[in-house]
Amino acid sequence: MATFNGEPRIDVAWPAEGVARVPYRVFFDPAIYALEQERLFRGPVWNYVALEAEVRNPGDFKATFVGETPIVINRGKDGGLNAFVNRCAHRGALVCRELRGNRSSHLCIYHQWSYDLEGNLIGVPFRKGIDGKGGYPPDFDASQHSLRKLRIAAYHGLVFVSFAEEVEPLEDYLGPIMRPWLDRVLNRPVRVLGYARQWIGGNWKLYNENVRDPYHASLLHLFNATFRIARSSQIGGTLTDKRGRHNLLHGYQREAQGETAAYTAEGIKTYQAKYALADPSLMASRQEHEIALTFSIHSIFPCLVVQQISNTLAARQIVPKGPDQFELIFTFFGYEDDDEEMRTMRIKQANLVGPAGFISLEDGHAIELVQQAIVRDQEACSFIELGGRDTASQEHLVTESAIRGFWQYYRELMGLN
Amino acid sequence: MDDREVRWAIEELINAYGQCLDDNRLEEWPDFFTEDCLYQILPRENADQGLQIAVIYCDSRAMLQDRVTAYRTANLFAPHLYRHLMGGVRIGGRQNGVISARTNYSVFRTAIDPIHYGATEVYSVGEYIDKVVFVGDVPKFKERVVIADTSRIQSLLVTPI
Repeated sequence: MATFNGEPRIDVAWPAEGVARVPYRVFFDPAIYALEQERLFRGPVWNYVALEAEVRNPGDFKATFVGETPIVINRGKDGGLNAFVNRCAHRGALVCRELRGNRSSHLCIYHQWSYDLEGNLIGVPFRKGIDGKGGYPPDFDASQHSLRKLRIAAYHGLVFVSFAEEVEPLEDYLGPIMRPWLDRVLNRPVRVLGYARQWIGGNWKLYNENVRDPYHASLLHLFNATFRIARSSQIGGTLTDKRGRHNLLHGYQREAQGETAAYTAEGIKTYQAKYALADPSLMASRQEHEIALTFSIHSIFPCLVVQQISNTLAARQIVPKGPDQFELIFTFFGYEDDDEEMRTMRIKQANLVGPAGFISLEDGHAIELVQQAIVRDQEACSFIELGGRDTASQEHLVTESAIRGFWQYYRELMGLN
Repeated sequence: MDDREVRWAIEELINAYGQCLDDNRLEEWPDFFTEDCLYQILPRENADQGLQIAVIYCDSRAMLQDRVTAYRTANLFAPHLYRHLMGGVRIGGRQNGVISARTNYSVFRTAIDPIHYGATEVYSVGEYIDKVVFVGDVPKFKERVVIADTSRIQSLLVTPI
């Protein structure tokens, strides 16, 4: 990696077509991946890390990641949220060794340095030595050895953290275009229903493209087209914020005229009119939001997707694990006031999404197919011109404009022009 | 049937089930269950917290058939082979004609796509928590809960465990 004015610099020959092209190199170059960890995940963004419902009580904690960096979030004694890097200030060991739980303090087992729920150092064994021998020098100042603290904020139960001091307030980061749609799905207290973890052999940005891509939704996933969950011909669209970073894909239950005809006329292989479920109870659903959308996929830069697909609700966290792999963690949730019937519906409909989801399992496969094929051709590019070449919101689903939006903001943050 | 015959029949059921999946005879897979069965693959992470979201959740034999139909006609995935190894079958008590059983499993997955052809990985390990009933002389799963220690699924899950 070359440096420029002391800053790491990567020369990427981004084609003149701009965001309508993406050089494959960005999906496998380790130098670009390393720069992303600094400029992007530790840059002026808010990284989703948890639902507030996961850390409800004082002392509740959850170990997770920002990019590749292990972090801990917990609920303080005062009820506030805290976040810090999960690395002892002494010699660098992982402090929190459990995925989740409740503790009144955090203890590093290596030399038993202990920290309070805000990450302040509160205990150092043999600090003054034994019988006047050893110990730390007299100027040892515990306040200088806290865990590295991160900014933390919550919006309607979604918890985000940031490494950056200069990041704008979370509400502004989410922005006026995305907030009303998050408000719609997170309009009352939620309860966690379960987790699913999917480890995908592809670059984490390929998943960001996938969730901003309504083109594939009914072509790759037969279930979407046949059961009218998402079809390119339905009324819906893509809403992108000004800078291109966040996006909502949505589709209404209202049907556009002649939509089936549009599929049969094009001979779309994944549309099979005769396909029927032996047990249709899978598709039993209930309208529960004022604006009736069959699906709304909220993609929040850089690592969160909030999904509403029929009655399945989930937050998906994208955790990069090197240039060519990432983990996708689904946190399924319902509302605290769900009745028994709704709870059952959500459990049944979870068959649609996740690593074994009828309408989502192909995503893992499609992303791996890309990663396997692009290796070595760093100058070659993908072609992203469906629905034009810009990043504007569009009131239809035959477009890749949201993908172009992602790349616009990515290039801005990464300085790849 | 005496206890030894019951035990033999249930062990046979458990092993035949694995071979059916390993042979990719998926159309026969629902026949191992009663009509009103429950089949689910529940990550250990959820089971231990009393959380109910499963990776696959089917509460009727018809839903199992839908999984098979989707596998054959709808879902797209990298072609692969499964090999089930079962061990430590323990048969518990019988209550109202329902016999409980608990068995460890491991599933090895072998890729047969052109990129990874012939490569094998440990795909999933865990245990089956079963409730078996006899329909005539034939044992069937009234409930088969797959508790998967392997909460992290490699790529995707489409072939049942």
